[in-house]
Amino acid sequence: MQQKNIFSTSMIHLFFWLFTIVSLIPFALIFMVSITDEDSIAMNGYSLFPSKISFAAYTFLFNDFSEIAKAYGVTMITTVIGTAVSLLITALFAYPLSRSGLPFRRTLSFYIFFTMLFSGGMVPWYMTYVNMFDMKNTLLSMIIPNLLLSAFNVLLMRSFFANSIPESVVESATIDGASEIMIFFKIVVPLSLPIMATIGLFNTLSYWNDWYNCMLFIDKPELYNIQYLMTKTLTNIQYLIMKSSSSAQAGDLLAKMPRETVRMALAIVGIAPLLFAYPFFQKYYISGITSGAVKG
Amino acid sequence: MKAAETAPLLNKSAHQAVAKKQGHFIRSLKKYKWLLLMTLPGVVYLFINNYIPMYGVILAFKNLNYAKGIWGSDWVGLDNFKFLFNSDTAYVITRNTFLYNFAFIILNLVLALFVALTINEIKDKVISRFYQSTFLLPHIISMVVVAYLVYSFLNAESGLVNRLLVKWFHVDPISWYSEAGYWPYILIIVNAWKNVGYLSIIYFASIIGIDKEFYEAATIDGASKWKQMTRITLPLIAPIITTMTLLSVSGILRSDFGLFYQVPMNTGALIPTTNTIDTFVYRAMISSGDIGMSAAAGFYQSAACFVLILVANAAVRRVNKQDALF
Repeated sequence: MQQKNIFSTSMIHLFFWLFTIVSLIPFALIFMVSITDEDSIAMNGYSLFPSKISFAAYTFLFNDFSEIAKAYGVTMITTVIGTAVSLLITALFAYPLSRSGLPFRRTLSFYIFFTMLFSGGMVPWYMTYVNMFDMKNTLLSMIIPNLLLSAFNVLLMRSFFANSIPESVVESATIDGASEIMIFFKIVVPLSLPIMATIGLFNTLSYWNDWYNCMLFIDKPELYNIQYLMTKTLTNIQYLIMKSSSSAQAGDLLAKMPRETVRMALAIVGIAPLLFAYPFFQKYYISGITSGAVKG
Repeated sequence: MKAAETAPLLNKSAHQAVAKKQGHFIRSLKKYKWLLLMTLPGVVYLFINNYIPMYGVILAFKNLNYAKGIWGSDWVGLDNFKFLFNSDTAYVITRNTFLYNFAFIILNLVLALFVALTINEIKDKVISRFYQSTFLLPHIISMVVVAYLVYSFLNAESGLVNRLLVKWFHVDPISWYSEAGYWPYILIIVNAWKNVGYLSIIYFASIIGIDKEFYEAATIDGASKWKQMTRITLPLIAPIITTMTLLSVSGILRSDFGLFYQVPMNTGALIPTTNTIDTFVYRAMISSGDIGMSAAAGFYQSAACFVLILVANAAVRRVNKQDALF
């Protein structure tokens, strides 16, 4: 019996080690490619164990970092503003819905829920923003459309408020003469930091990872965010050079560019912040998913 | 006579009741006016982002003329739909979307349940956490990054897969990005790689929620681990399995745009097996400028999804009312 237990336990760990390797190996591969010597790739292809290591790709990228820095700037601005505004609107919407006496409570809940059931589709949605609100080529187009408020997050937050803010606390504050707005900012928000952190994290990730809005609404390269710059560069590695240099310079640079490795180095530069931050926020991310699951 | 006398009386009391109710309603409006005002930004946002586009589905029945605008364009009845359904495209994109999702739902469910049940057997919290956070990593990255990762494996000249094929199996390298036939398998694997970890954490969370006493009692009765899994764990997490599966089934005609657009790198040769309703709608609108057709396909998708979610929900309600979404 004891022997059988040890056997099954080690099988379980073996399985999870394999799963871990499968999850991580693609990241390891692009990292190794990015530090491989370009000639060694031409000879041996991509490898997890490069025969010759070189940082030429990174030197090349950091030589003219303006393009990447600009894209990072766009990503950061939209992520910071988007996350903050989104969190505020979500909480402002969710809190009243958690109060049982609210008039039109059912109507408002249905108003949110219905957006999860039916959508007008991409074309009218796109037209609304481009024709009615003239959002093409603006930073707003990477903040507002679709990303600003998620019905699912509102419902998640509503159930948190309903379960964790005791009505008696609100009532006694009202008797003490606090206004609803004061109660919200001074009592409800401080009591709800866990859910704020969770939804804030979800928002941050969806803004940071967004390329869809950028692809749809942005034509001007100076407004590309990092994800979309990566998209452009994946299909066409020359893209990085064409945009930033004059044609005479470009020809020269193109000839010298370690293409394969630069592509992967850009990928590493693009995902590095997320990978570095992940160990610190994974705990909150997991508990966020979990709380969503339990409330169902 | 009596009836005539009582009627106005009744009426009066009814009036009073209504007036009282109105008074109550107005008082509660006053009491909650700030709270109602707080919902305003969200209400306005959803109106712009969701409800105006819902009204915009009329585009599918129009021939868009930019000079006349959306509202002024001429009605063309069902012409856009006729074009769409007379070509092969409607069939191909529906089939692709449906079959991909079908494969995703089954494979991801089986793998995620397996992972969740297995990780539940690990008693060391620290190690369990470590496994969870590593296999969740693929879920937080964008599809652009996934496209890079896939490219590093499948790139024809130097990709890892071709290199290993040549070195170990002495097979000719395969030009992955021009052979559509392989892509259903590739995309199913990529999707599982990205999402199984996430799903398994959801299932694992509901497994942890099960009362430990069930297992203690079962162990005393001599039930094996396998018996405990199939007789206790699975039945008890059935509601969450049902809800999650219901959600995916109702979205069976929606596809993950990034997966089907970014990962095949928008390659023309791969379109026959990677085109789904969503990529079709996008390409029809952006690349070919065929707004009518694109809107028609989008409307067809939304309407079908709406019906599907109602049907799926009704089906679950029938089996078990508590598990229904609404």
